[in-house]
Amino acid sequence: MTDPESIVRQAEADIAAAATPEALESLRVGLLGKKGAISLLMKELGGMSPEERKAAGPRLNAAKEAVQAALDARRGALDAAALDARLIRESIDVTLPVRPESEGRVHPITQTIDEVTAIFAQMGFAVAEGPDIEDDFHNFTALNFPPGHPARMMHDTFFFPEAEDGSRQLLRTHTSPVQVRTMLGTKPPIRIIAPGRTYRCDSDMTHTPMFHQVEGLVIDQATNMGHLKGCLIEFVRTYFEKDGVPVRFRPSFFPFTEPSVEVDIGCSRQGGELKIGEGSDWLEILGAGMVHPNVLKNCGIDPEIYQGFAFGMGIERIAMLKYGIPDLRTFFDSDLRWLRHYGFAALDVPTLAGGLTR
Amino acid sequence: MKFTLSWLKSHLDTDATIAELSERLTMLGLEVEGIDDPAERLSGFITAHVVEATPHPNADRLRLCVVEDGQARYQVVCGAPNARAGIKVVLATPGVVIPATGDVLKKGMVRGIESQAMMCSARELGLGEDHNGIIELPGDTLLGVPLTQVLPCDPVFDIAITPNRADCLSVRGVARDLAASGMGRLKPLTVPKPESAFDSPIPAVIDLSDDSASACRLFAGRLFRGIANRESPDWLKARLSAIGVRPISALVDVTNYVANDLGQPLHVFDAARLKGRIGPRLARAGEELLALNGKTYALTEAMTVIADESGAQSLAGVMGGEDSGVTDATTEVFLESALFDPMRTAATGRALGLDSEARYRFERGVDPAMVIPALETAAAMILELCGGTASAMTVAGAVPEAGRDIIFRPSRVARLGGVEAEAQECQGFLDALGCRVTVQGPDSFLVQPPSWRADLEGEHDLVEEVLRLKGYDRIPELSMPRPEIARPVLTQKQRRDSFVLRALAARGLVQTVTWSFLPESQAALFGGIDAGLVLSNPISSDLSAMRPSLLPNLIAAAGRNADRGQKDPALFELGPQFEKPGEAGQKQIAAGVRQGRSGPRHWARPARPVDAFDAKADAIGAILATGAVAETSLQIAPGAAAWYHPGRSGTIKLGNKVLAWFGEVHPSVLAAMGVKGPLVAFELFLDALPLPKLRPTKAKALLKNSPFQPLERDFAFVLDAAVPAETLIRAARGADKALIADVALFDLYEGAHAGDGKKSLAIQVTLQPTDHTLTDAEIEAVGAKVVAAVAKATGGVLRG
Repeated sequence: MTDPESIVRQAEADIAAAATPEALESLRVGLLGKKGAISLLMKELGGMSPEERKAAGPRLNAAKEAVQAALDARRGALDAAALDARLIRESIDVTLPVRPESEGRVHPITQTIDEVTAIFAQMGFAVAEGPDIEDDFHNFTALNFPPGHPARMMHDTFFFPEAEDGSRQLLRTHTSPVQVRTMLGTKPPIRIIAPGRTYRCDSDMTHTPMFHQVEGLVIDQATNMGHLKGCLIEFVRTYFEKDGVPVRFRPSFFPFTEPSVEVDIGCSRQGGELKIGEGSDWLEILGAGMVHPNVLKNCGIDPEIYQGFAFGMGIERIAMLKYGIPDLRTFFDSDLRWLRHYGFAALDVPTLAGGLTR
Repeated sequence: MKFTLSWLKSHLDTDATIAELSERLTMLGLEVEGIDDPAERLSGFITAHVVEATPHPNADRLRLCVVEDGQARYQVVCGAPNARAGIKVVLATPGVVIPATGDVLKKGMVRGIESQAMMCSARELGLGEDHNGIIELPGDTLLGVPLTQVLPCDPVFDIAITPNRADCLSVRGVARDLAASGMGRLKPLTVPKPESAFDSPIPAVIDLSDDSASACRLFAGRLFRGIANRESPDWLKARLSAIGVRPISALVDVTNYVANDLGQPLHVFDAARLKGRIGPRLARAGEELLALNGKTYALTEAMTVIADESGAQSLAGVMGGEDSGVTDATTEVFLESALFDPMRTAATGRALGLDSEARYRFERGVDPAMVIPALETAAAMILELCGGTASAMTVAGAVPEAGRDIIFRPSRVARLGGVEAEAQECQGFLDALGCRVTVQGPDSFLVQPPSWRADLEGEHDLVEEVLRLKGYDRIPELSMPRPEIARPVLTQKQRRDSFVLRALAARGLVQTVTWSFLPESQAALFGGIDAGLVLSNPISSDLSAMRPSLLPNLIAAAGRNADRGQKDPALFELGPQFEKPGEAGQKQIAAGVRQGRSGPRHWARPARPVDAFDAKADAIGAILATGAVAETSLQIAPGAAAWYHPGRSGTIKLGNKVLAWFGEVHPSVLAAMGVKGPLVAFELFLDALPLPKLRPTKAKALLKNSPFQPLERDFAFVLDAAVPAETLIRAARGADKALIADVALFDLYEGAHAGDGKKSLAIQVTLQPTDHTLTDAEIEAVGAKVVAAVAKATGGVLRG
């Protein structure tokens, strides 16, 4: 019998030298195949005496295992090398730009309304809406604007043609008609804000014929001017995201409130740069007051029992102040450069939990 | 409303500083808009005298002066014709800011000679318009002292008066309010009693019927003879100039002064032009008046005029007439002081488009009790400044009775204002305002407001007055009581709009906000607009019609952006459109446009022109974002509104409700708007979307995952090219509702191999077994059902 150990030695050398999976396979066939060297020796075992077989059997098995192990190890090494080579071939230029995606934007007016809504929502204010085209009653008369009163003229109203009965529809000059509709349609207690489009026949550097307002209304049996102050101070400080913004309430006049106040916030204008919440200057930001008893009466609410406050402010104005947008007219230009710069990401939903602004 | 500090102090006894006065005015509701303190501007200027003035060697018009301020001498080149030796002047040395220009003065070379300082004109110092020469100070002026010590520096306050505070349109009124708040003491008003030398030959007569009596309740005047309408004295000119009123002549200046001082507008007629009598009456139809502004106005019977026997001489409370206006040569005048109705005055001014100081005051309401004292004050001034003699006063009508009693409960101050005010404190404030207060009980006052406070109409007004004088800053800040459980406050519609809006932004569209109005010509391209939705008074013809669609503004915006070089704009808007007059005619819409290519050029994915499917995807994406509609329940029908390409547009429906239109915009619409295609658009009718069902529980349906593998089978059909793909997809989906989980169309072939007028559509059908693994026979059976259903619905045959 050929010495199996010498076959193994030769085989191990051949296997180590095999450069390809094919060469390795032909070595396997030559050793362990049907007519392979080790297989042939195994066949010889049948013609041996029991003693001879007892001695040769283990030697042959050991040889077969050794060869199989050498084959497996070499196959693993060759596979790994082949994979390495393939991966190197497959490499790409990762600095190439990715497939384009377009990012949309949310307009600052929408974002600001969402911020204001988030703040007032946690104070229990619901959001109310109404039509843009209104009548004289909802826009003026119910709000205690006497016909011919100079305050009515200050509103620069857009009118539609006169109807046959002499009445004229108009574009609402404020969102106060929504307050009127709410009071006529619901029983107190009432807590609403009314954001929306408003219109005045005025166009210059600081006025556009259309703009947005948010108004608020609280009616119940106990709300007084102290609540008005507390509510609006809380709003201002939350909205501007600054704890100590000074807030000043000074007497003013609106036909639909009595007493009426204008609300200023502290600011600095040093060096032409406006900074909210510091310095010694004041900046008017909103108007408010206790709802006039005539308005309550006009809306079917008894002013001896119910009372409350209302307020109103310009959305664009507070957006300009918070986000440093210099020109009102640009809000309505649809200039993509402006919209991308001042607009907000779709996922930037303002919440008080996560913060109003990134 | 403007006034100077010294003018205020002629009515108010106070030592308060400018800052204290300013703070108090604002906190009283008389908002200080500005304080111009000349002392601030003029600090740094000093007095000096010209020692020597010789011609400039290199310039005929310039003089070379040596100026001394008591300590140093300066060489000054000066162009003023009055620069000469011996005069006292105002000197600015380097470093001083020149008020008129805001420039810091520097040494300079003028025609080769150094000028080390500057002598100033009144205009350069902001002290007037005079620029004919440098200021010449009195000869006894000390040298080297600050100019502010030599010139009277009277700070000018500019305050905003709200429409209800007509009483503060006078210096007296402002002083009164300050005094009421405890800032100083109001000086008593001394009304002069000018000597009456004769009876007015032109009597005052009110010629109004009972219907129109309110137009003028009181009309009074005096006639003057032998007067000289000369220039006003310096103090009067200075006060008027300081508040921005140009001095004209003594007569005009006196009326302007009294109007600002006491709040009562007055008018002076040339008495030589008046015939018979004078007084108010309603204008007659067809009557005209040439007003002082040189314009002729056609009057109506709703207007009040002041007329003599020959006709209208002025528009009551608005403007005088040219014919009876006074000139420098006037020697005989009639001075009028009257009480005109606010509403009528406002209506007249508005109807004629005529603004004036008098109208401004009358339409807000003047103090009826001030009509006569103002007349007397002006009369005395005229006699003093212009000489001559005055007639006795001629008066028609009377001061109307105020007679307004208000019941005031001091407890209302705490209830409305949130701050305690004792009855006694309230009484003090109301007294200080000039109210007559009668205490009727512990919580009940009878209050009669003073004649100058017509705005105090009810108890709430008095509550405001008490709070105003007490100070709004004394009201404690109270936190809003919170609801016990935080609940969502948005309605379902509001949430729906918000989802749609943010979904569209997430899809890469940029939100814009455009006007609710547009040119009528553009409305016509989008279905036209009802005449009742065209503004009577648009700001311009470009913004005259309410928009019947959001698209025109979006298309125009896309065009503007493309013109600016912003490639491939993708814009959307969420807002109202106006379909017909009335509340129901306003609809909430989300609309968007994409123009140009699908994106920038890219190495791996070539850009393609935008097409109807981009718009369709936007519309469907927005609809699905609401969470209230399943995609499979949407039906797509070909064609949309007339402003879309008829063959490349579609309608998205839910049942028989139209949810949206999408497609290419009609090329003739784009051409009419001057915007280049390709441009695709969608319009989503938000009001047509169903709202999510309100469910009693927020728990989701239990997830049931099948334990058996889904399997996929592909089918290709050849069918008529005109058959909509959706018909095929629906047929396949309906072939076996229990097993077929999804049908996806993955190939469209319209080439020659499909045959003439034919196309090939390939679908992948996903089968989801639920209770056992499908046998080959079962799979075959489902396949056969699909083929049969498709054949029935579309006439399509399985491709060989």
